Amino acid sequence: MYIVDMLGITKTFGELVANDNVDFQLRKGEIHALLGENGAGKTTLMRILYGLYRPDTGVIKVGEQPVEIHSPKDAIANGIGMVTQHFALVPPLSVAENVVLGNTDGFVVNRAAIEEKVGAAARRFGIEIDPKALVRHLAVGQRQRVEILKALYRNARVLILDEPTAVLVPQEVDALFETLNRLKADGLSVIFISHKLHEVTQITDRVTVLRDGKLIGTVDTSGISQSQLAAMMVGRETFGVTRKGEQHEQQPVTLRIQNLCAKNDQGMLALTNICIDVKAGEILGIAGVGGNGQKELAETLCGVRDCASGSIQLEGKELIGKTPAGFTQAGVGRIPEDRHEGMVGDLTVTENLALEHLNEYTRSGVLDHKATRRQAEELIHQFQIKARPNDPVRTLSGGNMQKVLLARVLSRNPKAVIVPQPTRGLDVGATDYVRQQLLEQRDRGAAVLLISEDLDEILALSDRIAVIYEGEIVGILPAAEATPERLGLLMSGAIKEH
Amino acid sequence: METSRPRLRFVKTDNPPVWVRPLIPVLALVVTFILTSGLIIWASASPFETYYHFLISPLTTRVSALEILVKATPLMLTGAAVTFAFAAGYYNIGAEGQLFAGAIAAAGLGVAMKEIPAVITIPSIVIAGFAAGMAWAAIPALLKVKLQVDEVVTTLLLNSVMGFIVSALLNGPWRDPNSGWPQSPEIGASAIFFKLIPRSRLNLGFVIGLLVILVLWFVLTRTSFGLKMRAVGLGKPAARFAGIHVGRTTLIAALVSGGIAGIAGVAEVAGIQYHLIGDLSAGYGYTGIIIATLGSLNAVGVFIASLFFGLVDAGAQTVSRVLGVPVYLGEITQATMLLVALGFFLLQRYRLRRM
Repeated sequence: MYIVDMLGITKTFGELVANDNVDFQLRKGEIHALLGENGAGKTTLMRILYGLYRPDTGVIKVGEQPVEIHSPKDAIANGIGMVTQHFALVPPLSVAENVVLGNTDGFVVNRAAIEEKVGAAARRFGIEIDPKALVRHLAVGQRQRVEILKALYRNARVLILDEPTAVLVPQEVDALFETLNRLKADGLSVIFISHKLHEVTQITDRVTVLRDGKLIGTVDTSGISQSQLAAMMVGRETFGVTRKGEQHEQQPVTLRIQNLCAKNDQGMLALTNICIDVKAGEILGIAGVGGNGQKELAETLCGVRDCASGSIQLEGKELIGKTPAGFTQAGVGRIPEDRHEGMVGDLTVTENLALEHLNEYTRSGVLDHKATRRQAEELIHQFQIKARPNDPVRTLSGGNMQKVLLARVLSRNPKAVIVPQPTRGLDVGATDYVRQQLLEQRDRGAAVLLISEDLDEILALSDRIAVIYEGEIVGILPAAEATPERLGLLMSGAIKEH
Repeated sequence: METSRPRLRFVKTDNPPVWVRPLIPVLALVVTFILTSGLIIWASASPFETYYHFLISPLTTRVSALEILVKATPLMLTGAAVTFAFAAGYYNIGAEGQLFAGAIAAAGLGVAMKEIPAVITIPSIVIAGFAAGMAWAAIPALLKVKLQVDEVVTTLLLNSVMGFIVSALLNGPWRDPNSGWPQSPEIGASAIFFKLIPRSRLNLGFVIGLLVILVLWFVLTRTSFGLKMRAVGLGKPAARFAGIHVGRTTLIAALVSGGIAGIAGVAEVAGIQYHLIGDLSAGYGYTGIIIATLGSLNAVGVFIASLFFGLVDAGAQTVSRVLGVPVYLGEITQATMLLVALGFFLLQRYRLRRM
């Protein structure tokens, strides 16, 4: 008997099909992994189950009864709880207050009484937490426990955990798994969204794999190897613009990154001893599941994030310690990861194109509007940007925004190009255009460092592929040796070759 | 499934049609008129007559028309000061205090340079006022750039500190020895801004205000520093990524903003009062924020907004004299006008759509 049945679920966002006729069945008392790459549709499917999205078509049954889930409230009423990556807790309030919030009986909250009740619930479920502690004093792992307790306190029989280990340190992961096993023994069902293979094989009973919104299959964890799972998760053919011809051997190294370490915004080490050489005339692709340090790597290489230690050399010249403008001057073509944050939306195309090289257009402090305008017209023509020079950038489509950024950087013939997630959110035409431009840079002799979560893109463009996992480069392989299975194993942390 | 009955919804649009912009002041005026009519009737006056005296009659005589320009002078300066900072994304609420810093410099030097010819004295007090405003603005600016202390709080609080400094000066060392009033000794004749038109209060300060507006326009639209400022103001991460020194740009904008506010203080001391007094400013520093906002942070807008506020200020006095309604009606009108205009600025980004 299944406690949750999701049958024929389809969900589209505009033209994007996030879930395509997906079936998902959850048994009572099992831990069930939902495995897939970024954008595979895992989170969408679970948001549907939790009432955050309505499916276009499909049936949801809870305990064999068809149900309509319009909101998280309905989901909770059906015994379904969800813990997202971003906790919904009120830091200045106590654990007990957070747990009962929105679930209190009367108007008056009796602090002692709720602490007693929440404490009893925590003991019953074997969750170690002090109900009197203030949430702002808790570590991330403990906050997650509060979220789980919150769901259990509302009588959840099905617990959805969206990448619960992404925010945890290893010891906290162990504690979480203990908790989950105990809940399983109590007859609860857990849905574990993840893309880390070793965790999936360690904790779950069954695995459902999604890829590009489609169901690939549901299998028993005990009967499948990590390699097989990796192949299910990423195996596919490439299409569109691809690299042609092999790179010339013995090219000099243009960009040399050595023992680079950097911290994330929370002050935790996000990059550990990154060593990468990018040669002239090659595209080196950095593959990896999102959130493994790609953002920090791109920002450090663009000079907008301080590194903790290590060195970045461009043709032998050290870049560490330079300002962002210094990076540009040295010959690094820097393209921001988030094109909306990388440009000033309220400024015009002309102004954004000039922003990185204002000195060239300035005569004794006065900006030469004619020159910036002329340059904008040229670049608009050369890069086929569908916009007028005086249009505010925010009015442009994503593809045209990306073209503005490419134009600003690539028209300078940089020695090295840093491109994180260059085609994220773009349509097919714009994607092909961007990829074509990157290949032209490679053929021109630039060292291109492509950071992408899109494995198709990495496979189509890269001469060599490095895989990043938890802030470390776990393998660097030539494109010819990069099978989806091997990449999948590296990306999910199952093996380490470096 | 939900029933599909049509509903009107506010939908955000990126590009309000161009014809909306010029309609805003007109609509704001009409709505303000409707909103304040009740109050005017309550003060036993006719709304139409009141608005006639508010907005039309100051323009009908030469004396009162010149008075509009006199009233607009400090507003042009503080409006320009605030615009300069806001354009760079630095929310300087401290123009009021910076104005007094400039006024102190002018009152001090104006007395000390009594024997020196006006050609030297006048430029000196303007520069000193600029420097004093800048120095006072440097405290919150450095706190912001070096330690990320929120400038809204620090600039606002420093206004009160400046209030006490002025009060301490006027009740202590600078108390007028002749009258015993809490006002500084009169500045020398060489420091007084000469009149542009005899038998009026219009003086050199107005010209300086115009010049500052012109410089503001030039810097914001014609220089690369202006573009840097706007880039920092509109998108810090993008500006930083493009290699602009965000901290340095913010600091310069904040200091220049303080300097311009300081000049407003100089103009009031040297052009109107000839003393430092406690109520030198009728909240000009704060009105400057309104002016900058209504002028949508561009020089021409600031100029028009300060003239309009000058008109309402002058009109409020006429109204109270002629109709015997409280002069505060002018302030109520200004405040209502601001709220209504801000509302329209917000609403122009939405359109009604049937869902």
